[in-house]
Amino acid sequence: MKVLTLNFLTCAVKACKSSSASFPLHPKDCELVSDTIKPDPRLIHNILPRVDWTALSTTALELGFPALPDQAPTKEQLEEDEKMMGELHTLLLETQINEGKLVCGNCGHEYAVKEGIANFLLPNHLV
Amino acid sequence: MANNKLEEKVEIPAETYEEEHVHTVYEQIASHFSSTRYKPWPIVSTFLENLAPGSIGLDVGCGNGKYLTVNQDVFIVASDRSTNLVKIAAGHQPHAAVVADTLALPHQKGRFDFAISIAVVHHLSTRDRRREAVQSILDTLRDGGQALVYVWALEQKNSRRGWDEGHEQDVMVPWVMKTSKKNAGENGETEKTFQRYYHLYRKGELEEDVVNVGGEVIESGYEKDNWWAICRRSGGG
Repeated sequence: MKVLTLNFLTCAVKACKSSSASFPLHPKDCELVSDTIKPDPRLIHNILPRVDWTALSTTALELGFPALPDQAPTKEQLEEDEKMMGELHTLLLETQINEGKLVCGNCGHEYAVKEGIANFLLPNHLV
Repeated sequence: MANNKLEEKVEIPAETYEEEHVHTVYEQIASHFSSTRYKPWPIVSTFLENLAPGSIGLDVGCGNGKYLTVNQDVFIVASDRSTNLVKIAAGHQPHAAVVADTLALPHQKGRFDFAISIAVVHHLSTRDRRREAVQSILDTLRDGGQALVYVWALEQKNSRRGWDEGHEQDVMVPWVMKTSKKNAGENGETEKTFQRYYHLYRKGELEEDVVNVGGEVIESGYEKDNWWAICRRSGGG
């Protein structure tokens, strides 16, 4: 599951949705793999305004990546800095969680990721 | 045999009924099902193609990810109940696919620009649950965000199945899967028939459900034996 996805996932338990602690989910015991995805600078430029940069920074740190800058780079900055564009592309689209858990900071429930597929089905008692 | 399966609908909890007559079936027929699902329907394609580049959306009940091939200038988090189908869907770049239930989606409220849910909500076995599904999808949309929902129509007299007005709306639909000789059944049969539960929507019913949960219908119509509606949260324009 690509790292970008975590920016759009929370705990599936209804009661957790109203808590800010349920986003982003926290990776635990994660095995990362790197995929090779064709670079698409236009896609990154277009998506960046919709990315929650604070949450992405938290995710990057928790996965062991170097800290991201305080603010998202502007389109102009990315156009000038190919290296930064490449790093963003690698972090967001090429870095995949292959195995591990995603933990809700509010209720503690852990969602499993197996063979790159995250499973958000809840046991009956949590629905 | 099919009628017995419909009768038991009132006797057991909806989740259990759907587990047996929807989810388990799709999990078993996944790769065969996927091989027959490759051609995007026109209205869904148009909806996806018209999205602004960089839009973020959902495909709720994505199946094999057939619609993830239409627009690669947006980012879609797809989800389905079937792990086997999600594994196929997960291959479509640049999108993502997870296993999730429509009634317990793992997404923030108000975060998404769009959502599609194609031939999914009709698998929920009570009206309340179908309405809850529509609500669940609408909740994920930001103000002004739009969802396209597509469901099987009762009124499809020219289709292979020929249902029409006046027919029972809750039906079991067979799926015949050929197995290899190696996997032949006890009597040597090389075909297995699965029954899937569907609620066939009558004209106007989908719009009623949207309005009932506080949504607004922007546009609706009929295409290829299905009723469809594009909707948004009320006051979210």
